[in-house]
Amino acid sequence: MGNRLYSKEHEWIVVDDDVGTVGISDYAQEQLGDVVFVELPESGREVARNDELCVVESVKAASEVYAPVSGEVVEVNDALGDDPAEVNADPYGSGWFVRIRLADAGELDELMDEDAYGEYLSELA
Amino acid sequence: MVPFAGYAMPLQYRTGILAEHRHTRESAGLFDVSHMGQVRLSAKPGASMESVARALERLVAADIVSLGPGRQRYTQFTNGTGGILDDLMVTSLGDHLWLVVNAARKHDDVERLNVLIGEECDIEFLETRALLALQGPSAVAAFARLVPESESLSFMRAALWSHEGETIMVSRSGYTGEDGVEVSVSSRGVESLARRLLARDGVEAAGLGARDSLRLEAGLCLHGHDIDTTTTPVEAGLAWSIQKRRRLEGGFPGADVIISQLRDGPPRRRVGLVPQGKAPVREGAAIRSSSGALLGAVTSGAFGPTAQGPIAMGYVASEVAATGTVVEIERRSSWIEAEIRPLPFVPHRYHRS
Repeated sequence: MGNRLYSKEHEWIVVDDDVGTVGISDYAQEQLGDVVFVELPESGREVARNDELCVVESVKAASEVYAPVSGEVVEVNDALGDDPAEVNADPYGSGWFVRIRLADAGELDELMDEDAYGEYLSELA
Repeated sequence: MVPFAGYAMPLQYRTGILAEHRHTRESAGLFDVSHMGQVRLSAKPGASMESVARALERLVAADIVSLGPGRQRYTQFTNGTGGILDDLMVTSLGDHLWLVVNAARKHDDVERLNVLIGEECDIEFLETRALLALQGPSAVAAFARLVPESESLSFMRAALWSHEGETIMVSRSGYTGEDGVEVSVSSRGVESLARRLLARDGVEAAGLGARDSLRLEAGLCLHGHDIDTTTTPVEAGLAWSIQKRRRLEGGFPGADVIISQLRDGPPRRRVGLVPQGKAPVREGAAIRSSSGALLGAVTSGAFGPTAQGPIAMGYVASEVAATGTVVEIERRSSWIEAEIRPLPFVPHRYHRS
């Protein structure tokens, strides 16, 4: 299992072999507020980096989630259909969104590690 | 915190919109609604309160003359085409009328009052006065621990009481569909009152987000969204707020349009909408028939925490406004089915006498 990496749009990805699990960061779920609906892509969809991947609807508004890497969506977290609040309760665990088979592992170099993301957040504050 | 009508307002407190919403339905939520406008109308020296009521009737469609002391009515300021400039609560407190208007409209409302009826009554904009709304099934019991007399009020009744050395105005009303009170208090006294209420078991602070989802479930209109200068009270389903004498006599802006719509029916109606599935639809989304004809648009849409699913309100052509009609609503790049449902989505639980 690799380390958790983050995008500037607050998605995270953890890569195991060539498959990355994607979700949104604790900061992002906090900003969104209570999540009431997640629109997930179909399994098998090809996405390019920064494509719209999911839509998260909170009690406040709808927000897009972008693909942090290019590749094929190989699994989606259907459990969010019944329990979208898991995105708030456990953003790095049961609140994951999709798994993507990476097309180009080199794209990971564009993402931030935990320390860099922490610094990025402190600049946003 | 979010900007709202020139104020920095809490969208939510620590527990979040869902928890604040549920807490208000189950116990009591305290809302700081001090941004709303409060106005006192009183008689000029030597004039009667009836002359004040008659003057206000030239601007609103409700019967104000028959509004006895301690009674409150919901009404709207209308324009010449029957559109709604603002909606408001009017309360008779014997020697004056107390008006509560929307924050975003209050300066225009006060200017209009001054220009149009300022010669007939004294108009005092209570600009620094605060307003708290304590709403929910435990609200009145909690408030009665501080002001015992308040328990005797029934829905849409109001009174003046002395509390901690100052006069407070209390009405048994609100905008959540729940029982509760709204309390007008000086800006000097409001913090101590709010802290004392929050210290009571079962009372939690609630923000704008919960206020919005509560009023949507209750089927209540938000000015600037569900009602505005392009919608009439009849189209908005607010004809109940126009009493019989006013329907017969008219004498308010847009009376010709409004009275003819009362007689012949409006061209479109505000309806409740329940989208299929779990995805919420949002304000501005188009509504079309299953055959693709444009019918209208969504004016409020959200996830209803108590309704436990997406709910919305919007306008559709009157021919298709019947309960049970299936329509389609635009959601992002697709269309989802929705059914027209009666309002409110969650039954009102007012304390009627």
